[in-house]
Amino acid sequence: MQPFVKLTGVAAPLDRVNVDTDQIIPKQFLKRVERTGFGQFLFYDWRFLADGRENPDFVLNDPRYRGASILVAGHNFGCGSSREHAAWSLLDYGFRVVIAPSFADIFYNNCFKNGILLVTLPEDAVRALMDAAARSVAVTVDLERQVVETAEGLSWNFEVDPFRRKCLLEGLDDIGLTLQHEDAIAAYEAQRKDDPLAVFAAR
Amino acid sequence: MAPKTLLDKIWEAHEVVSQGEGKPSLLYIDLHLVHEVTSPQAFDGLRAAGRRVRRPDLTFATMDHNIPTDVPSVIRDPIARKQVEVLAKNCAEFGIHLAGIESPDQGIVHVIGPELGLTQPGKTIVCGDSHTSTHGAFGALAFGIGTSEVEHVLATQCLWQQKPKVLKLELTGRRPAGVTAKDIILGVIAKHGVGFGTGHIIEVCGEVVATMSMEERMTVCNMAIEAGARAGLVAPDETTFAYLRGRPFAPQGEAFERAVAVWRTLRADEGAVYDKTITFDVSDLEPQVTWGTNPGMCTGIKGVVPDPAQAASEVERRAMERALEYMGLAPGTRMEEIPIQHVFIGSCTNARIEDLRQAAAVAKGRKVHPGVRALVVPGSKRVKQQAEAEGLDRVFKEAGFEWREPGCSMCLGMNPDIVPPGERCASTSNRNFEGRQGRGARTHLVSPAMAAAAAIAGHFVDVREWLGQAEAAATGGR
Repeated sequence: MQPFVKLTGVAAPLDRVNVDTDQIIPKQFLKRVERTGFGQFLFYDWRFLADGRENPDFVLNDPRYRGASILVAGHNFGCGSSREHAAWSLLDYGFRVVIAPSFADIFYNNCFKNGILLVTLPEDAVRALMDAAARSVAVTVDLERQVVETAEGLSWNFEVDPFRRKCLLEGLDDIGLTLQHEDAIAAYEAQRKDDPLAVFAAR
Repeated sequence: MAPKTLLDKIWEAHEVVSQGEGKPSLLYIDLHLVHEVTSPQAFDGLRAAGRRVRRPDLTFATMDHNIPTDVPSVIRDPIARKQVEVLAKNCAEFGIHLAGIESPDQGIVHVIGPELGLTQPGKTIVCGDSHTSTHGAFGALAFGIGTSEVEHVLATQCLWQQKPKVLKLELTGRRPAGVTAKDIILGVIAKHGVGFGTGHIIEVCGEVVATMSMEERMTVCNMAIEAGARAGLVAPDETTFAYLRGRPFAPQGEAFERAVAVWRTLRADEGAVYDKTITFDVSDLEPQVTWGTNPGMCTGIKGVVPDPAQAASEVERRAMERALEYMGLAPGTRMEEIPIQHVFIGSCTNARIEDLRQAAAVAKGRKVHPGVRALVVPGSKRVKQQAEAEGLDRVFKEAGFEWREPGCSMCLGMNPDIVPPGERCASTSNRNFEGRQGRGARTHLVSPAMAAAAAIAGHFVDVREWLGQAEAAATGGR
């Protein structure tokens, strides 16, 4: 996983609430067996018209937000399906940070597993960031200091789980970390063999 | 010792590594269900790192999302076909049991887990699918995960998890005739919103749940994720044990009795403390119909499409306006007047035998409206076989419904079953998101009985007005 430490870039305001993963990446693009190349399908039904041309009214097609690396959105972002393709498509498109008042739980996990930082800020801060983005004010997100700052001098601190923060800062492969607990896993399995609750698949 | 919740008991029994309060625990996973859409990249990851599947015996795979429901073995879309073939290849390479297209056990992963008896009380169950919440109906801790976590579980049989908070949802009152489990969970989400369960699991309890069948409990837990909760949970009871007895992968004979003795302890202690409690009285609930683009945008069949001008906030108002524009609906329209062109009876929410019985009870002796295409897609091969043994397939076919093969089908239209742009579908599935059933498709979520009635009338109707007393009893009235 690519580490994330600090980023300054263009923020794009997606002023919608309850953006679900079916919108982030529609189902017809889930059939691929690769992890890469999903950026072209991001927000497909919003970004493109039925005839395949770009929808000029969608925020990511606005010249101000071309090359955006920070997405600012309304509450409950990423609700719905567990498809990790949503995280893959955001990353492949170029987003490293999403800022919103709240996120859905499975989507939250998926992003951190892929080097995308999700920042939870209060509604008024998100509103202020959307306004700043519309005026093309650059935004900096610093994971080390846990702060979001605008080039105009506004700033907000944010909370993030220490374990996730460490993994993201260092780009850690967490399967490797877990396998360091191999002895504990094996001991657990041995102990559970005689536990009537552990009805290990009887086949 | 402090009284424990059901979650506390399951959690503590599965902690491999505990790092103390507020820190994630390494949790052992008892059952890992796998399907073709969210697993190929996980297996690739294993191969790239030279890792094996730690416990293929605790892993079970099937194919459901891409499967055509006319002739399942003929997948015309080459990319979809490849995804299915890749799963078969991965299962063979890593020694995982696969209920493939030709298997009599094949079906929607959340239908076959319970019906095969793989799903059991007290287990931890994961799957790369958000509707894994369904299995919580058995008192299992079951939640959806992403593909990176699928790879993690394949490699380690464990997951790092922050212990979720527990929301207690108490269902009280007397359930009216014709009001189903689907109406109840839609009613709860309509009242409390699509985010009220975020960060929590929802333990569903109360007198209404106690009298529910396993199928009904599964419908409720299935949609816990539509409230933002990764898991639903119902304490196991005699109904649970009776359902599991004799299932192929459930313990057999004396082992079953020993398991039941343990399963009986899986309930919250007296005085257990919850992070949040919601009480929902079902006594005045009507059959529900969604009008918008998330499951919380929902009202009773006697209601009307709401007016965004009455919204509680500016954010809410804009979301409603956007939804109504997508759905092509005007405020004040009576729900009963909305015409439909498609009906889908299926999905992991409502494609079990009871669901098909309820829909068939409405369809019997009636005819599908000439302007409507109506699909019945059983949740699994076993459900299909059972329904055919009961003659339900004949009831549907004589009424003009298409009787299909099992799979996820039109719930998300990854297979060829989609709704064309601008057309409306009465659907027994779980999500009415924009484009879910096809680009521009307009989805209205309802119960199986309501979907069957809409198929016949060509518009939504209050199914309670069609039901004789005997039928009302069969569709869930107590």
